[in-house]
Amino acid sequence: MERIPILKMGDLLLVTIQVDMHDRLAIALQDDLMNRIASTSARGVLIDISALEIVDSFIGRMIGNIAAMSRVLDAETVVVGMRPAVAITLVELGLSLSGVRTALNVEKGMNLLQASLPLPAEESADGHNEE
Amino acid sequence: MITKSKIPNILEVYEEELLKDWVQEQLASSTRRADLISESELRQQSAEFLEAFRQASHGDNLLDITTPQWDHVREILTELSRSRAQHGFTASETATFIFSLKQPLFARLHQELEKNADTLSEENWAATVLLDKLGLFTTEVHQQNREAVIARQQQELLELSTPVVKLWEGILVLPLIGTLDSARTQVIMESLLQQIVESEATIAIIDITGVPTVDTLVAQHLLKTVAAARLMGADCIISGIRPQIAQTIVQLGVDLNEVTTKASLAAAFRLALQQSGQNVTETPQDAARR
Repeated sequence: MERIPILKMGDLLLVTIQVDMHDRLAIALQDDLMNRIASTSARGVLIDISALEIVDSFIGRMIGNIAAMSRVLDAETVVVGMRPAVAITLVELGLSLSGVRTALNVEKGMNLLQASLPLPAEESADGHNEE
Repeated sequence: MITKSKIPNILEVYEEELLKDWVQEQLASSTRRADLISESELRQQSAEFLEAFRQASHGDNLLDITTPQWDHVREILTELSRSRAQHGFTASETATFIFSLKQPLFARLHQELEKNADTLSEENWAATVLLDKLGLFTTEVHQQNREAVIARQQQELLELSTPVVKLWEGILVLPLIGTLDSARTQVIMESLLQQIVESEATIAIIDITGVPTVDTLVAQHLLKTVAAARLMGADCIISGIRPQIAQTIVQLGVDLNEVTTKASLAAAFRLALQQSGQNVTETPQDAARR
């Protein structure tokens, strides 16, 4: 079964959805992502949905759920690159994903994540001090 | 139905006289628009119509103008009606084109059938019915054309009235003017989201100074737009809320707590600059000039 790749970049996990999501794929992604966050103790997750053209209420809810679950695991989640048509569809479906942070593109999402996370340099410096 | 009508015959024999009388009738008519159509053009249109009318009247269905034999006549009338509607003729001015043919035609019928009163009245009746149908057809086409013009203008107005302006690096302004309905909200939302993508804006200011009333439906439309922009990663500020509108919003129980609101566009702009970490400073020269 096809899966959506999850890339690790330092403290962050990067998920790029390049295919049209169907329900089982979304559930598999949710499962995989939670496992990866737990195993890598990632501090941030960036989900790029710029290639996603079609959403239904289920996929919309899954995106919201994934973000909420990541937050429970203490990983800040940003959804980036939503297309205008997708945004309108989600709003019309009544899913405004109010708990999810959003950004226009990957670059801005990265900045947002990095701003909300403690700087890695400081962390390692703190670590050295404690040693 | 009259089997052997004299009308085709009369049209054949008196075509030139009919045309002359008819054009004269139209020129003398009170509904003639000398400012909109020239005499030669009128004469040419009349001649063209009379020619088609004569040919069509030779068919079997003299009184049914929906049949194929009248196709050409209807084409001419449609074209004439369209051009007159575009030039600004009223419906009655357009219909007069047909109705003014009655007088000359009746005169010729009378002249031809003077001695036969029964046939004359029958023929008169047939001619009246026929010309009435053609006249009504013209009016109908005229009306359809006018409606098409109105529909097109509505569409144009819709597009014109929703500009999205880039105010500063990363800051968009959407000055709304007029009432918000579902169709307009859709257009507004689409153009705003498109602009957010194109200009990579992070803040959008929706200015509702020009929105006359805000009821629950309008508020809902606004909130939808805000939610959609947020999904694209842009924060929205609603500005230009007049005192009466603030009162109405609260009295209606509309919840605008999730959205940042400002009284004026200036205040919203200041906040937007602040949020995007930008600053506008006054130079000493500017201060001195004031």
